[in-house]
Amino acid sequence: MSVFLSAIQNVFKGGAKYYAWLGFLGVLIILGLSAYFQQLDKGLITTAMRDQVSWGFYIANFTFLVGVAAAAVLLVIPAYLYHFKPIKEIVLFGEMVAISAVIMCILFIMVDLGQPLRVWHLLPVIGAMNFPASILAWDVIVLNGYLFINVALVLYALYRMSLGKEYKLALIFPLILLSIPWAVSIHTVTAFLYNGLSSRPFWNASILAPRFLASAFCSGPALMLIILQVIRKFSKIEIDQKAISKIAELIAYAMGINLFLLGAEVFKEFYSGSVHKAAIEYLFLGLNGKNQLVPWIWTALAFNVTAFIIFLIPKTRENLLTLNIGALLIIAGVYIEKGMGLVVPGFIPDTLGEIYEYWPTRSEAVITLGIWATGALIYTLMVKFAIPIYKGQAAEGSK
Amino acid sequence: MNNTGRFIFAFVTAGLFFALCLSTAAGAEEKTKIMKVAKEDHGQKGDMPKFLSPPPPENFPCSKCHNYKATDRKKRKLELAHTNIVLKHAEDQRWCYDCHEGDKLKLASGEPVDYSKSYNLCRQCHGTIFRDWKTGIHGKRTGKWDGEKLQRACITCHDPHQPRFKQLEPEKPPMKPTDIK
Amino acid sequence: MSKKIRSNTLGVNLNRRTFLQGALTGIAASALPFGTAEAFDWDSFMQKHFREMSDEEVKKVIERLEKEASLEWQKEIHISAAKAKPNVKFGYGLDLSRCIGCRRCVTACVKENNQSRTPQVQWISVLKFKKGEKWIDLENSEKYYNPKKVPEEGSFYMPVQCQQCENPPCVKACPTKATWKEPDGVVVVDYNWCIGCRYCMAACPYGARRFNWAKPDIPKEELNTETHYLGNRPRSKGVVEKCTFCIQRTRAGKYPACVEACPVGARKFGNLLDPESEIRQLIESKRVFRLKEDLNTEPKFYYFFTGWQVK
Repeated sequence: MSVFLSAIQNVFKGGAKYYAWLGFLGVLIILGLSAYFQQLDKGLITTAMRDQVSWGFYIANFTFLVGVAAAAVLLVIPAYLYHFKPIKEIVLFGEMVAISAVIMCILFIMVDLGQPLRVWHLLPVIGAMNFPASILAWDVIVLNGYLFINVALVLYALYRMSLGKEYKLALIFPLILLSIPWAVSIHTVTAFLYNGLSSRPFWNASILAPRFLASAFCSGPALMLIILQVIRKFSKIEIDQKAISKIAELIAYAMGINLFLLGAEVFKEFYSGSVHKAAIEYLFLGLNGKNQLVPWIWTALAFNVTAFIIFLIPKTRENLLTLNIGALLIIAGVYIEKGMGLVVPGFIPDTLGEIYEYWPTRSEAVITLGIWATGALIYTLMVKFAIPIYKGQAAEGSK
Repeated sequence: MNNTGRFIFAFVTAGLFFALCLSTAAGAEEKTKIMKVAKEDHGQKGDMPKFLSPPPPENFPCSKCHNYKATDRKKRKLELAHTNIVLKHAEDQRWCYDCHEGDKLKLASGEPVDYSKSYNLCRQCHGTIFRDWKTGIHGKRTGKWDGEKLQRACITCHDPHQPRFKQLEPEKPPMKPTDIK
Repeated sequence: MSKKIRSNTLGVNLNRRTFLQGALTGIAASALPFGTAEAFDWDSFMQKHFREMSDEEVKKVIERLEKEASLEWQKEIHISAAKAKPNVKFGYGLDLSRCIGCRRCVTACVKENNQSRTPQVQWISVLKFKKGEKWIDLENSEKYYNPKKVPEEGSFYMPVQCQQCENPPCVKACPTKATWKEPDGVVVVDYNWCIGCRYCMAACPYGARRFNWAKPDIPKEELNTETHYLGNRPRSKGVVEKCTFCIQRTRAGKYPACVEACPVGARKFGNLLDPESEIRQLIESKRVFRLKEDLNTEPKFYYFFTGWQVK
């Protein structure tokens, strides 16, 4: 119990850097809230979304973050199932990333709704959830279920750790076993959200679900790489370099697959050459003189290819500097490719052939930053809470 | 040929000729019958729809001024009266007297038609459109879709002398999404 | 840096930074535009799904809505809840050889259905194509044509609005069942149930659905006071809307406003189940097609040709 209390106390204990970080996040959150209340008052007209491009930056961020959340499973599989010791110890940090990411996903959806107070209409029984017809209904179920699974796993593991004990595999094995296909499913369902719409030829491609998973397995672990190094630096938690190397190696394979699938998609659209290639043509080459996204997607591609090479070659993988550059490149590359590079071209040209070039407004950017800050804050507080418990465990282990 | 043969030949030929004459007469009668049926408005698909008609012009009936004794029926450009009417409707093939006769209109057969049934004139050439009009496919319909439907006589929308619609000024285009703030 | 430390039973340290953060949050919160936000109404918040309400409950809801709307617009507003007539399935026909692109249908629709003027909402889009060029895929369409006169030489026009599909992808997509297909074939939206997620807008292949990005603004004198709950009653911001075949008119037996506004008689409407109706006649006798038929949405909006159009 004392461990638990000291863990909570630890949340409030910290040096100047810690409070500066919290203060920084706090400012972003307050600004975000202020912008959001303005949006609530005026309506979504404060965004740049219009009838022609009815989803934008919020949903782009949502899509990227679902991938990050799904990638926690990358750590779960070797840790729990193969008892790969280096990863086993840090898997909780990965699951905490998943929790923060899912909360951010939920927040991005909430700010995108025209009538957020009516969100209870989504619930079964008291609302009118359109299950199983609506893929969005599926997404609500799987995302919240994933959140629940990860929260349960983390709380249970921390609880056991605080008692100085190992987690009882028999108890949580069903949950772990469930969480692996569940993680795959949250991203598959999100892909199906887009994939199932015959109205948008850019999305209506079977390749979408595999691409989502491949890019998720790049971006999530890359974020983890950076976070783990930060944790290693700022706390006394030991994180085996072997774990970091293993994650980096797995990212290389995932990016390789992602690039291959991108090539397959580009071939199909441009070689077959039907009118449905208009969206991807807009994205990569511009259409009718409109080319706002072209520099962005090529930058993303360059980032991804560079990162792929960095992660593929063992030397650059081992070197911390190139490793971190690679990780940042992947995060940026996938963020562009799966965010604006996926959502916006789905609406360009629109169903009646019109091109409206969407670019987020300042209000959208401020709210988005606020939500990222919220996620970062939640993660920071969770990690701060978990560290004394870990340390307790480490202390026990060293006895 | 012997005498009997000649007689039979004459009999048959006469009979055939007589039959031919009868059939032609009957045919003519048949044709008149069809026109009469048309006039009584029992078309292929049943009764005529209810339709609006424009009011007659101020100077109607024409016999207020005209006694229709003119004999010059040669196609020419009118200079004394009705100069405002410029025919742009098969104007190379016909002119005023091909459709107008006294206080009535005139079909191609010469049969007079009342102005209130002017559609009979149009349908001579525009039969397919007339068929579409009766079923409501051609022309504007207002009123009730499951009750009294109201259509318009041809001349309500089409000037019979210049039936081609003039261009209209369009309503404003929609606002571009970039302009919607 | 000196720390102001107040300890309590939990042993929580409260220093300057934490205090400042809290203060800033409080100040920011007090700057929130609470006064301008729309008042929170409990009855409105708890309102059930339209299809789950009994006739009595619907009546009560309509009473409340009529009162609210009349108060807001300073006019007596009637909201009908007329049900679908039996043995009726609405169909629409559009004669492409007649449309001259004058947009009078758009204007009539906006007035009849109380669409917002600012920001502008128009349920009907009229597309212009050049004769002889690719058009059925809609890639070459032009919506913003603005000549002095129509029809323009070498062009033809095609209006698009909600196709009232028999197999509507928007109904499939809606996560809260806020949009559904009525027995007479009209796809409707319950404006009090819609959460404004706009998934239906992504799902619609015809770009037929509109979102209220801001509070709809209509000049009071132009407000149409004869409305239907599922049709043209005044809407709020943050919900989706679209053509309902003028449900407030058609369920009372009248033609939709666009049909009556068209000066060249290009628009046809009727009951698909009535063999004598013009819509059935034209489907059976003309060469009809529907937009994006390959998507199997089964629209009830039929395009066809009769004569040839002026050059």
